[in-house]
Amino acid sequence: MSELLTLFDKLWTAHEIARRDDGDALLWVDRHYVHEGSFHAFSRLKERSVSVVEPCLTFGVADHYVPTRGPRHTIANPEIARMVRQVEENTAEHHIQLFGLDDPRQGIVHVVGPEQGLTLPGLLIVCGDSHTSTHGALGAYAFGIGASEVAHVLMTQTIWQKKPKRMRVTVDGKVAPVITAKDIVLAIIAHIGADGATGCAIEFAGSAIRDLSMDGRLTLCNMSIEAGARCGMVAPDETTFSYLRGRPYAPRGADFERAVEAWSKLSTDPDATFDLETILDGAHIAPTVTWGTSPEDALPINAHVPDPAREPDEDRARYLRGALEYMGIAPGQKLTDVEIDRVFIGSCTNSRIEDLRAAAAVLAGRTSKVPGLVSAGSSPIKRQAEQEGLDRIFRDAGLEWGESGCSMCVGINGDLVASGERCASTTNRNFRGRQGPGARTHLMSPAMVAAAAVTGRLADVRPLMAGRKV
Amino acid sequence: MENFTHLIAKACPIDVANLNTDQILPARYLKWPRSAGIGKVLFQDLRFDSEGREQPDFPLNRPAWRDAKIVVGGRNFGCGSSREAAVYALYDYGIRCVIAPSYGDIFSGNAIQNGLLTAIVSEEDAEALTAALEAVPDQPVTVDLEQQTVLCGNKIYPFTIDPVRRMRLLNGWDDIALTQSYRDQIAAFKSADRTRRPWATPSIPVT
Repeated sequence: MSELLTLFDKLWTAHEIARRDDGDALLWVDRHYVHEGSFHAFSRLKERSVSVVEPCLTFGVADHYVPTRGPRHTIANPEIARMVRQVEENTAEHHIQLFGLDDPRQGIVHVVGPEQGLTLPGLLIVCGDSHTSTHGALGAYAFGIGASEVAHVLMTQTIWQKKPKRMRVTVDGKVAPVITAKDIVLAIIAHIGADGATGCAIEFAGSAIRDLSMDGRLTLCNMSIEAGARCGMVAPDETTFSYLRGRPYAPRGADFERAVEAWSKLSTDPDATFDLETILDGAHIAPTVTWGTSPEDALPINAHVPDPAREPDEDRARYLRGALEYMGIAPGQKLTDVEIDRVFIGSCTNSRIEDLRAAAAVLAGRTSKVPGLVSAGSSPIKRQAEQEGLDRIFRDAGLEWGESGCSMCVGINGDLVASGERCASTTNRNFRGRQGPGARTHLMSPAMVAAAAVTGRLADVRPLMAGRKV
Repeated sequence: MENFTHLIAKACPIDVANLNTDQILPARYLKWPRSAGIGKVLFQDLRFDSEGREQPDFPLNRPAWRDAKIVVGGRNFGCGSSREAAVYALYDYGIRCVIAPSYGDIFSGNAIQNGLLTAIVSEEDAEALTAALEAVPDQPVTVDLEQQTVLCGNKIYPFTIDPVRRMRLLNGWDDIALTQSYRDQIAAFKSADRTRRPWATPSIPVT
C-alpha cells in the first residue's frame, strides 16, 4: 500500500526539483505575480544585468498605489506616481504581461489571479505579498515571499523551501444564514491565535468550508497568514471547476476536461494524518468583529471587550490595556456600544462580487450614518456591480463608489483613515496604524460593515436582514 | 551578504507579542529605496509621536539602548506583511540579531537573506533576558552562532535556529549562486513537467 498523503504533500511533491540532505527543497514556481512593491527585486536584476527567466509565467499588476478616486492617470503625489510608473517600466523591460492602470482587467493581485484563470488548482504560486495565501482557495500552494526571494524567482523560476508542518482546520456543521467566510476565519484566528499556525500549511476542511462559494473560500484562505500560516488551501471540487470554466487564462475545451481529471485527484487521502488538527463547529459561529490590534482579538458581536482588571496573567493584562487604550474602548465595554466614524468595503479579503452584494443587501433603501468608501476588487467586478445596480445602492446610502486597488487596507495610495478615527473595515489587519497613523480598525464581514454604516456603531447584521434576501 | 559568527553588543528588550512588520516599518515608507536611509524610520510610530517628538518610554529611545545591535522581542515577532524593507530598517539601524520565542515565517526568511540572525529562545528565557536587561540595561550581551548561545551576565541561554539557515549565516551564502548549480536539474524538471502537467502553462486568452 502506498503512503497516505495530504493535499499539501501532493502539491509539494509535484514541485520538488531537488532536495538537499539538510531537508530544504528546491521547488518549481508555476506563477509569479509582481506589483509596484516588487521594485527592490527588479533593482537586483539590474545590478546583476540579468533578465527574468520565465516572463510568460510572471504577471504584473498595479494595485497597491493606484488611486481609487478621481482621474486615475493624474496621480498628484510624485512618489506614488513613480511607484506605478516603475511597475510599468519593469514589466515592459522584461516582457511581462501587466494588468496596469489602462487595462480593463486591472485589480488587486489576489483578485485578478483567480478572476483571470491564472490561478489554478495544483499550481505553486508566489508573490511578494503576504496575502498570496488567498490563491490556496482553488487548491493551489500559494505563499507570500520577500524581495530577495522575488529576485530569486525572477532569476530562476524556483524557490528554496523547508517543508511546513501540515495542519487541518475543520469547520463542521452548517453556519447560520448571514454568517460568512469572514466570520469563520476570524473565529478560527481567535481560536488558534495570530501565531497558531506558524510554520504550517493549513488545509481547510469540513462541511461548512465545502459549502462556501469560491468568493468565500478566497476570503478564508486570504486570512490564513493572520494565523501565522505559510499558506492555506481548500481541496478543489465542483465549485472550483465551475468557477474556472471559461476564465481567460484557464485551459479550454478538452484541455479543461483533462485538467479537471488531474485536479480531482488533489485531495487528502482518507486516513492521511496531519501534524496538527483543529475542529470548530460552524453552527456556533456568530457575526464576528475585532476589538483590538491583532486579528486574534476577535469576538462575537454580542460580546463585551475584555477587562484587563479581570485578567490573571500580567503580560496579557498589559497587552489588553495597551490595545484598549489605542482603540479608545473602555474595559468591558459592550461591542455594540462602540460608535464608528467611517466604513471601508474593499481589499483582497472582501471586495469580490458576492461581498459587494452582501453589503448592498443590507444598505438597500437605507442611509449610512458615517462616510465611507467602497472599492471593488477589480475593474471587471466594478463593471459587474454597476450592471447589477449595486453602485446606486452604495451611492444612495451616501458612500463613495471607487475604482479598484488595495486602497484603505494599507493606505499607501493615500486613502487613509485619520488619526483617532474608527473604521469598520472588511480588510485583514487591525494593526496599529495600518490604515493610517493613529487609525483604529475593526475587522468584519461586508454585511457587518454595512450594518455598522446604517447604525453608526458596531452592530449585529442579523436583525437588519430580517425579511430581506440573504 | 555579510556572514554572522558572533556578536558582542547591547541588547534592547521590546517586550511586545505579535510585533508586526507594520510597526517595524510603517507602510508609508515602502516607497523609499533602501538608499534613502530606511534605518532612520525604524519603529517610526513607536519611537516618535505624530509631531516627530521622541517617545521617551520606547526602549530603543532609552540612552542605554540607542546603540543596541540586538533586540529581544516577544512571540510572533515580525508577523504580518511580507515587506522585506522591515528587515532593511532593522539592519540599517544597526540591529544584527533578534532574540524571540517565535517569528513570522516570512520575516525570518527575509532576515536570513540579509544577514540578520533570528534566534529562537523559550518564552521563559525571553522573559528572563528581558528582566536581566531591565535590571542592568547597558551590559554587553554575547551571541554565538557557532555554539547557539546567548551570554548575558553570567547566564547562558541556548537558542535554536534552522540548521540550513545557520550554515548560510555563518558562511554568508547567497541563494542565487547555489541555485545556479542546479541548472541542469531545473531544466530536466521543466521539460518533464510540461508533459506531466500540461494544464499548468497559462493559456493564451482569446481576444
